[in-house]
Amino acid sequence: MLNIKDLQARVEEKEILKGINLTINPGEVHAIMGPNGSGKSSLASVLAGREDYEVTGGSVTFEGKDLLDMAPEIRAREGLFLAFQYPVEIPGVSNMQFLKAAMTEHRAHKGLPPLSPKEFLAYVKEKQQLVEFDTQLLNRSLNEGFSGGEKKRNEILQLAMLEPKLSILDETDSGLDIDALRIVAAGVNKLRSKDNAFLIITHYQRLLDYIVPDFVHVLYNGRIVRSGTRELALELEEKGYDWLKEEMHLQEPVQ
Amino acid sequence: MTNTLTSNITEQLPGVFEQLLANRKSEEPTSLLTQRDEAFKTFLQKGFPLYKTEEWKYTNVAPFLQEAYQFSSPAVADEKVKSLIQNAIPGGLDAYTIICVNGVYQPQLSQAPATDHVSISSIKEALQSGNYAQHFNSNGTTKHTFEQLNTALFQEGMMLVIKNGQEVDKPIHIIHVYNHAEPLFAQTRQLWIAEAGAQVQIIETLVDATENGAALFNNNVTEIMTESKAELQHYQLQTAKSHVRIVHQTRIHQAADSTYSHFAFTMSSAAFTRNNIDVVHLGQHTETNLYGFFLASQEQLIDNHTAIHHAQPNCNSNELYKGVLMDKAVGVFNGKIFVHQQAQKTNAFQQNNNLLLSEGAMMYTKPQLEIYADDVKCSHGTTIGQVSEEALFYLKSRGIGDAQARNMLVHAFAFDVTAQITVPAIRKYIEDMADQYLDKFANN
Repeated sequence: MLNIKDLQARVEEKEILKGINLTINPGEVHAIMGPNGSGKSSLASVLAGREDYEVTGGSVTFEGKDLLDMAPEIRAREGLFLAFQYPVEIPGVSNMQFLKAAMTEHRAHKGLPPLSPKEFLAYVKEKQQLVEFDTQLLNRSLNEGFSGGEKKRNEILQLAMLEPKLSILDETDSGLDIDALRIVAAGVNKLRSKDNAFLIITHYQRLLDYIVPDFVHVLYNGRIVRSGTRELALELEEKGYDWLKEEMHLQEPVQ
Repeated sequence: MTNTLTSNITEQLPGVFEQLLANRKSEEPTSLLTQRDEAFKTFLQKGFPLYKTEEWKYTNVAPFLQEAYQFSSPAVADEKVKSLIQNAIPGGLDAYTIICVNGVYQPQLSQAPATDHVSISSIKEALQSGNYAQHFNSNGTTKHTFEQLNTALFQEGMMLVIKNGQEVDKPIHIIHVYNHAEPLFAQTRQLWIAEAGAQVQIIETLVDATENGAALFNNNVTEIMTESKAELQHYQLQTAKSHVRIVHQTRIHQAADSTYSHFAFTMSSAAFTRNNIDVVHLGQHTETNLYGFFLASQEQLIDNHTAIHHAQPNCNSNELYKGVLMDKAVGVFNGKIFVHQQAQKTNAFQQNNNLLLSEGAMMYTKPQLEIYADDVKCSHGTTIGQVSEEALFYLKSRGIGDAQARNMLVHAFAFDVTAQITVPAIRKYIEDMADQYLDKFANN
């Protein structure tokens, strides 16, 4: 589904990603962990097409197509979804209007007509139950004045509605209390299927207690330095990241 | 660009004025003729406003006065005019219509409210009847030069009186149609009186029927009196074509406990728009709301000047103007609030926000507060910014295309203004006009 080969990227003059290799197949859940500043969120941004990042080398294919060649909105319509670490507040755009515009674009991309207002409402209602999303929030301005938990649940609601093939969750657990974390994780677990895949970016292994990954990768200094199964996450939780830094710094100069 | 008036318009005006006086002498009351005469003398002393004078610092009117203007044109209501009137009515708007052609009221084309609710007459009749004479050309604050010219030269004028205690059941839509084959400098005049306790919504649209692109310079003055406890909502929908040049002056006097709300929506292609609004509070507990939203593109010049005189205690004013500028458009906002010494317990809030969508667009904004009382709440704020890249990326990351995402953000920007509209059909109309305008910009 997703094939990342030797991906390198920078922001302004700073090299952030220094050769990432990663393959994700349908039905898989991958977790990327790593200390702050290792490039985790940058990888998510590059995949979603954020303009601040300049890709300087490597390739990414998504369902066989060149992902890096697509505008962000095309990537979304092709089935890539990024749940933001910091969802953006947009006063004046209602949540409902936003969801409807996004749905309409996705359906048009598949050659489907827009849902009727009635069908749309029924569809939202079905999906909002998944993340216990308050109906009142749907009529408010997009994310404006939402609590941290409400914003993250709104991200998962969008994910549920747009039914992406690959979902990237960028530190979705940050700023969530344990109840909100459970709700978000339960929502994601219900959405898992043999046809879709998830890439979960997290600093802590806590989220992985609820969304159990098939593979865990450790990103450090712009490279994946270790890959394994869930046990690797538990090992990191126990030992922290310092051992990793020490081990790596033996191999290359400190930056 | 031309900075001085080299055209013959200034030389031409005394002859035009003499001719008008000669024609009107027999039919107009002496009081009006005297006022015309004084106004014309004042105008001649001052002349057209000069670029770089304080009130016209960023607005050079000279290039728009170069045409070989005529000063009147017969009010012909032909089939073309009739079809334009139909097109000028926002979809779904259930309203009375009052049609003026070249500034002259056309009862046969209008569907006016019942005369015991709203009376319509000419300015001449207003002055003859005496009751309303004091509200015409009323003194209060300094008049604008264009206003003096208008008093001297206006042709017919229209007075609307919303009668005592009447709550007009539907909005009144005034459609000002201009029909002319040559360039026309039209001086149009209105006097609206909302009598004690009256409630009314008035919508204004300008339509130019010209097909040959002959310029229209519309110098309009609307004087409004809200008597005690009256409530008047005034919607100006400016959607004119590129050969139209507009100077619209609205002068409002508010008696105690009255409410006046102004909505200035400029979504036109008109090369030049200058709106002056002057509000004076005559009594306590009045409320004034001034809302504005404009879209400007290409080389348009849109200038909004407002002044609110808090001359009485315990009054509120609330002002919110927003502008979106594209291409090489230039916008000007000047908002003055005067709080006189006796106007204690005044609440006066003013906000002006602007969004620049192109590198070549420019906005000049100047909030001015002069406060002479010591127990008041006043604030002002102004911003000039760009579309948030972060918000844009968020929308795109959900599959929404660039043009639509920008469009959504502009609508969101306008939201606090459009949300104040109380006539749903007008709100829909404004949003649709904005869509069309932005689509045109995106496809250029």
